Amino acid sequence: MEKRFNFREIQEREERFAPGHRMCAGCGGPIAVRNVLKALHPGDKAVIGNATGCLEVSSFTYPYTSYEDSYIHTAFANAGATLSGVETAYKALKKKGKIDSTYKFITFGGDGGTYDIGFQSLSGAMERGHDMVYVCYDNGAYMNTGIQRSSATPMFADTTTTPVGKYSAGKPQTRKDLAAIIADHNVPYVAQTTFIGNMKDLYEKAEKAIYTPGGAFLNILAPCPRGWRYDSPEIIEICRLAVETCYWPLFEVIDGKWILSYKPKNKLPLTEFLKKQGRFKHLFKPGNEDLLEAFQEEVDRRWEQLLDRCHENY
Amino acid sequence: MAIKERMSGNEAVAHAIKQINPDVMPAFPITPSTEIPQFVSTMIANGEITTEFIPVESEHSSMSAAMGASAAGARTLTATSSAGLAYMWEVLYVAASSRLPICMAVVNRGLTGPLNINAEHSDSMGARDSGWIQIYAETNQEVYDNFLQAYRIAEHPSVKLPIMICQDGFITSHAVQNITLWEDEPMKQFVGEYEPEHYLLKEDETMAVGPYALSSFCMEAKKQQAQAMINAKQVILDVAKEFEALTGQKYGFFEEYEMEDAEYAIVAIGSICGGVKDAVDNLRTQGKKVGLLKIRVFRPFPAEEIAAALKNCKAVAIMDRAESYSTQGGPLGAEVTAGMYRAKCQAEVVNIMYGLSGRDTKVEEIENIYADLEKMAAGELTFDEYPYLGLRD
Repeated sequence: MEKRFNFREIQEREERFAPGHRMCAGCGGPIAVRNVLKALHPGDKAVIGNATGCLEVSSFTYPYTSYEDSYIHTAFANAGATLSGVETAYKALKKKGKIDSTYKFITFGGDGGTYDIGFQSLSGAMERGHDMVYVCYDNGAYMNTGIQRSSATPMFADTTTTPVGKYSAGKPQTRKDLAAIIADHNVPYVAQTTFIGNMKDLYEKAEKAIYTPGGAFLNILAPCPRGWRYDSPEIIEICRLAVETCYWPLFEVIDGKWILSYKPKNKLPLTEFLKKQGRFKHLFKPGNEDLLEAFQEEVDRRWEQLLDRCHENY
Repeated sequence: MAIKERMSGNEAVAHAIKQINPDVMPAFPITPSTEIPQFVSTMIANGEITTEFIPVESEHSSMSAAMGASAAGARTLTATSSAGLAYMWEVLYVAASSRLPICMAVVNRGLTGPLNINAEHSDSMGARDSGWIQIYAETNQEVYDNFLQAYRIAEHPSVKLPIMICQDGFITSHAVQNITLWEDEPMKQFVGEYEPEHYLLKEDETMAVGPYALSSFCMEAKKQQAQAMINAKQVILDVAKEFEALTGQKYGFFEEYEMEDAEYAIVAIGSICGGVKDAVDNLRTQGKKVGLLKIRVFRPFPAEEIAAALKNCKAVAIMDRAESYSTQGGPLGAEVTAGMYRAKCQAEVVNIMYGLSGRDTKVEEIENIYADLEKMAAGELTFDEYPYLGLRD
């Protein structure tokens, strides 16, 4: 873990998430999966779990699977519980001497399967302290069913259940801070990340999550070109802007200690992140300046709160 | 040597679990099955078994964790009742279609409403189409014996289906009865080690469970699953035969009590059958040709065998402890009648609703049913609707 990040060495590792899946071009989901799985040490085995969602239906469409490791999907609301069963079976079979190899347990869910319908199952699995990693690829809406709002959807986003109209400016509520909520479960490792530069941040956090004994949670901002309405090649730029505007701060919570991973030198205005996305188009219409202001204030408030948690505000 | 004991149905299940020592048990408490995870936790705490217990936060997670554990290669069980079983609904189907031989101790209790904690079959009957094998018990001895046979049936290579071992809430789960406990070693050998062919943690291969499948493949998967349920019939009989050789206890799809020359029969499931047997004994002393067909195996449903057992009857009362709100009666009534029709069995039939939410059924009430059956056969009585037994005015 102390080893310096070597981009080439990591990218040359054998793929554990094979190409040929049916996710959209410019989708963050498979980028998250591929790079998290790169953090598994070569030689270690893994069982991958998955909540129902775009990723599941597109990466394990019978008779094809994109996973080189063993994989299990059972339903939408229960990725945490399902993998906790697998992890417990591992303990039981290890105890009986039926397994020699080292296995790691990683499950993926979208924000629907994680923040909302699978929240209880995730909370239970984290509280019980199973040695597993829950990875949320957060694209901020129920994309698989056609872009309905979730509790991860940012305020004012135009979704099919918070459509912008004469009497609606998009989602009225702000988003749930799931990483903080899971951190409050007192699990040993929680981190928030996205696709930045050469994926160093994501890789290092995934590796820590996988190799920290006990429950770990990774929240990865994973844009969706359909739901966010951006040009597919823009995904990485959008992730960068999410971080530079402090909409999506990068941080870790290790044994309850909050650590900021990156502090922008010049915090960009939120509009830089918003203006690239069709779901926020209405905010830029004349007369909606107050909405942009309110959104900026909300992002600022949360950023300040995070700085406090990380003891960065002196 | 077998041991003569006295214990409740939940204790009997716990004793079977102790003898089997399964690998993993996730569970969430719900009356009247709560004691089972409590007993298991205590046995683990005292070092009597090595099972890993997962104290899940809901029954949905209980069945989900059970699927994960079973797919991973562990012999897995859980226990539940009523609303807990209902909360598992979605994932019951997933467990069966993923062909995971999980064993679930179901302590039957009615589904809400009104909220009630007592015996009824609406919970497991509601799950009758979920693809699980269902075996019911009249007594504590039977639920114990059924549990010991469960994994042999569920894990059989031609079956690979999950199994519910059902007993009536409180009536057997909490009431203490005489029981014969079988010796540990022969039982351990009878149940055997779980050696699945494929599983997630098999070291020399990987495996993927739970695909999304298009219409071009789904129907074949469902047909294979249906075939497994058909295969389960023979396996249930074979396992029962082996169990009989060890214990002397005889089991099949159902028990025929005084059915040989019976003209009037009751078909029922579960603890009520004790009372029915009393009624049969009483009426037999009066020379009445009455009998009982006690269903043990409801899934797979042994329709042909049931119809054959009823073929010489003049009138049959089918007892349901679960409403279906179809306006036609309960699930056992519907399925037995359909089986009789296909076998061209011409007996008069009445479907009777009894014991809902734990309502007591008296031996006299059952004797009255036999009297009604006689009248039906003689053309003196017909029922426009399916009657409720012991209903308040």
